[in-house]
Amino acid sequence: MSSNTSSVKKATSIYSVSLFSRLRGRSASGAIGGILILFWLIMSVIGPMVAPYGANDFVSYDVFGPVSAKYWMGTDYLGRDIFSRVLNGTPYTIGVALAATVAACTAGVVSGLVAAASGGWLDAVISRTQDAMISIPSKMFALIMVASFGSSVPLLIIMAAIAYMPGSFRIARALAVNVMTLDYVQVARLRGESMAYIIFKEVLPNMFRPVLTDFGLRFVFVVLLLSSMSFLGLGVQPPDADWGSLVRENISGLGSGAPAVIAPAIAIASLTIGVNLLIDSFGNKSAHH
Amino acid sequence: MNQTISRLIMNRIGLGVLTLWIVSLVIFIITNLLPGDAAQELLGQSATPETLAALRTQLGLDLPIYTRYIQWLGGLLVGDAGYSMVNGMSIMELIWSRLPNTLVLAAFAASVSVPIALSIGIFSAMYRGSWFDRYINMMAVFAVSVPEFLIATIAVLIFAVKLGWLSALSHVESAHTFGEMIKVYAMPVLTLCSVLVAQMARMTRAAVIDQLSSPYVEMALLKGASPMRIVLRHVLPNALGPIANAVALSLSYLLGGVIIVESIFNYPGIATLMLNAVSTRDMPLVQGCAMLFCFGYLILVLIADICEIVSNPRLRK
Amino acid sequence: MTELVKVSGLRVAVRSGGADIPIVHGADFSLKKGEVLALIGESGSGKTTIALSLMGYARSGCHIVGGSVQVAGVDVLTLSPHQLTKMRGRTVSYIAQSAAAAFNPSKTIMDQVIESAMIHKTCSRKEAQEKAIGLFKELALPSPETIGERYPHQVSGGQLQRLMAAMALITDPALVILDEPTTALDVTTQIEVLRAFKKVVQERNTTAVYVSHDLAVVAQMADRIVVLKNGEIQENNVTREILEAPTNEYTKSLLSAMKPETRQDTVEQKTMDLNTDTPLLEVRHLEVSFGNKKVLHNIDLKIRRGATVGVIGESGSGKTTLARSIVGLVQASGGNTYLDGEQLNEHATKRTREQLRRVQYVFQNADTALNPLHTVEEILARPLRFYHGMKGKKQRDRVLELLSLVHLPASIANRRPTELSGGQKQRINLARALAAEPDIILCDEVTSALDTVVGAAILELMADLRKKLNVSYLFISHDISMVQAICDEVVVLYSGFKVEQGAGESFQRPPFHPYTQLLIDSVPELQQGWLESTNANHETLPTISAAKQNVELCPFLDRCAVRIEGKCNRIIPARIKLPKGNQILCHHTFVNDLNSQSVQRHEQKNALVESV
Repeated sequence: MSSNTSSVKKATSIYSVSLFSRLRGRSASGAIGGILILFWLIMSVIGPMVAPYGANDFVSYDVFGPVSAKYWMGTDYLGRDIFSRVLNGTPYTIGVALAATVAACTAGVVSGLVAAASGGWLDAVISRTQDAMISIPSKMFALIMVASFGSSVPLLIIMAAIAYMPGSFRIARALAVNVMTLDYVQVARLRGESMAYIIFKEVLPNMFRPVLTDFGLRFVFVVLLLSSMSFLGLGVQPPDADWGSLVRENISGLGSGAPAVIAPAIAIASLTIGVNLLIDSFGNKSAHH
Repeated sequence: MNQTISRLIMNRIGLGVLTLWIVSLVIFIITNLLPGDAAQELLGQSATPETLAALRTQLGLDLPIYTRYIQWLGGLLVGDAGYSMVNGMSIMELIWSRLPNTLVLAAFAASVSVPIALSIGIFSAMYRGSWFDRYINMMAVFAVSVPEFLIATIAVLIFAVKLGWLSALSHVESAHTFGEMIKVYAMPVLTLCSVLVAQMARMTRAAVIDQLSSPYVEMALLKGASPMRIVLRHVLPNALGPIANAVALSLSYLLGGVIIVESIFNYPGIATLMLNAVSTRDMPLVQGCAMLFCFGYLILVLIADICEIVSNPRLRK
Repeated sequence: MTELVKVSGLRVAVRSGGADIPIVHGADFSLKKGEVLALIGESGSGKTTIALSLMGYARSGCHIVGGSVQVAGVDVLTLSPHQLTKMRGRTVSYIAQSAAAAFNPSKTIMDQVIESAMIHKTCSRKEAQEKAIGLFKELALPSPETIGERYPHQVSGGQLQRLMAAMALITDPALVILDEPTTALDVTTQIEVLRAFKKVVQERNTTAVYVSHDLAVVAQMADRIVVLKNGEIQENNVTREILEAPTNEYTKSLLSAMKPETRQDTVEQKTMDLNTDTPLLEVRHLEVSFGNKKVLHNIDLKIRRGATVGVIGESGSGKTTLARSIVGLVQASGGNTYLDGEQLNEHATKRTREQLRRVQYVFQNADTALNPLHTVEEILARPLRFYHGMKGKKQRDRVLELLSLVHLPASIANRRPTELSGGQKQRINLARALAAEPDIILCDEVTSALDTVVGAAILELMADLRKKLNVSYLFISHDISMVQAICDEVVVLYSGFKVEQGAGESFQRPPFHPYTQLLIDSVPELQQGWLESTNANHETLPTISAAKQNVELCPFLDRCAVRIEGKCNRIIPARIKLPKGNQILCHHTFVNDLNSQSVQRHEQKNALVESV
């Protein structure tokens, strides 16, 4: 009964409030997430430059050394500085994952829009193929790809992009189909607008938020997948190393509880938890409305 | 069970078979895309052209790709996935020797995680916004964000290294008593469950909350039904479809999760078999294992779909 | 008699962004045993909120801030959650607005009807089931013995609403709350449900609170009316006083909005000849099928330039499909549409831009018809640019002109639809159609989502625009009184058939097609006693033998009160012309038999109403 007035109020609080005050209204966990993401994004660009030591410099005779003022995260199984190696691994972990996620979501959204806009047999063919792709578990797909083509950075990007495209497609198509049935899209059709106008002006902007959330989730999945592959020795190959590789190469230090094993694993967790916290605060915010 | 229901179920099964066929095509194409030659791989660089050609004929590699695909697919249909290129053993035999171990591990993980996850999901939905709900949600965010190998390494660090209760590796053969079983499976199952429970509980919570906001729940509340009655009598029958889907999706995660877990704990299951095949580039074995995993996934999804169809009251006569 | 309910100083608030926004500001009223009290108001008036607080309940986001609610001597606001569950469904029970949503889809009807008896252990399961069947009979439900075994989706909306009444009465509660129980129903169904409700309420001497936005409905049910606006009580009096001598300005405006005034300007338009002019828009032999189901049968329609044509029918009659087919959103399986004699392609995408410009469509729900991310200016500017190539200052000026045309301030141009009220959104929706400078505007239930007063203002605006711009309208509506008042010509659709067509004012006096008659008789009038006096659905239908198979018969056969054995169940009726000019699809010629009968009936009714 009060739906009319309250929906007006709701709406005003969504749209008329400035971005700044909107961000201020977010929960503390969202802010922590945002800071973590920002930190790692900056590090993925300047990390290798600000690292105190070279990634492959043998700086200490003490293997699996403890945390110290000189070596913030201890030293690894060959006496290299773990902190520097983590910073040097940032472009691999974040850059590769970001490239793959961008590719996956772009391909997913474009094919989702094409399927939703065309309908008919084209939609059926695309949907069926994507459904088949989604039923190959991502780790399984990764293993098949690596077994067939060997592991390299471009392959990892392509592999992760293909593995996570169907999920993005599903969401984009569902969203697009939903928006396309709305009256304002019918109005545009009746006006005689072109498909391009309808997609770019009416449909896409109204899909933006959920697609962005999906992008974040997908990024987390890709980071986890690539780290796992590296952990299995099938991801980024030496001498390059991402965070998953760092855990793998130092796994023998686990028995002594060396920070060399724990630090890179925590780096991964801090990134993925950061993204999840931010998405969650968005989700909570919209759940109230 | 009426006609509409059986027709819908047949429809789903048909779609599943179609999907499985597309999957087989994708797997076969990817694994045969590179001109990389199994015969060359087997014999090494020093092989003479004659022996290479002979082996190619023997392996059927000189046939065109579609013939090989049809042969492979036909073999799969009658339960023959070919032979390993590394040791020449039948792939079916290799898989059968390892499959029970993986199934035991998966069954363990599922039977522990499903009840826990469903109760957590339902309770946190009932007490939405309470400290319990928020705490659980926080834990779940952590659990799904962290790679499995971190959970596994931390578990090893605590239970094997610091406390010395468990062995870091799983010696399945030595597990004879129930106590020994627990010891062997504790850490792999714990690792699998942490992510599984988190995912399933979150999805269950969402499904229950979705139903809790519907008008018939308000109606039940205004009839004087207790919260427990509302959830058990009104919400759950309607949330069955979405929850079955949540369980199926989460369990299908198991298929990926076991790869890491088996590898860390050196557990003799299908995943370690497949990992070995990947590192030795034993393609027929890779194909066989991949098809098995995808088949498992499709079965889970199919079961969830059927649950959803059967639990839909609108399809009842 | 003692006071059963006493509400004093009730205040309810919505929690938003950490602050409480009051939505009910101190309501006081009381209710005697055996009395029916109506809470009436528009959306946002707080009527449902107040009614729910009688059960100590506030919807998510709302909470009761203060005051007291005494029901049967207990202040429900002081009860613990556990005590509340004991009271709800036992002392006070609730009938929800949408029975379709309020029934759990996965449980049988019987289980849900007797659930409160089971929860409160008022009787055994068997006794409860017998009692339920008794109630089903009292509520005139079909096959009362077995209807309880069905699932909610297997019975109709009107039946579900009555089943919900059985559910509410199963524990013999002291108070029943009816929350807009007939709003979602068609008028011809509404009257059946109202009759059933009234019967059980009277027979059981039930005390009830009836929540509604519809004064005419309330006039039939309530002894007392409380008029609400923005969470404040405007007037509280016995029904007769409210209807005949309202003291409050708001009550007066509600009453006047209930009576649409007949347009004055129809006469001059009428002089234009129907037949010699090429009609602006013409539909010939239109048929539409969805799958195997034919939803429109052989529809002919002509709209002259500057004329207003109304299409009425209940849900499922095909009225929206007709409009959508005309604009090319739905494809016809037969027949054609012509604009100025020129045939239109059945696909909107294959029509020329000029054709699209000339025929504009205004969607029912402005909430979904306006893109929430575009500003009002962007929404209005797009057709200006698209059809007329307007840019820059000229475009901006035209936007402001359009806004003033629909009586909206220029300041609204930079806002987005979500910041506007329902009425404002509908005006923008209309202004967008006007921006194209169309020859004809198709309006699909443009006022049905709006409050009565707001809707009346929109209709007035549209009539005004017609005079200014000489634009034609096709009105799709379920409300026959609204349509006959504003339209030059009215078409009545029943399950895809055009059953009657005639001039707007001809719908003020019989004879009519039997369905039109039913429709007119079913529209509640602002008079106490109307429910008892109206003829609609009163008499039992004449018994006829089974209808002939494989023949297209009269679509109204199953519900017709004047059906003829051997004729209506055997052969398809012809389209005949009545003496007053209306065309109907019926076997009755209404020359001697029914004509006199229904005129007589009409007079009887008037006499009865006057005597009340």
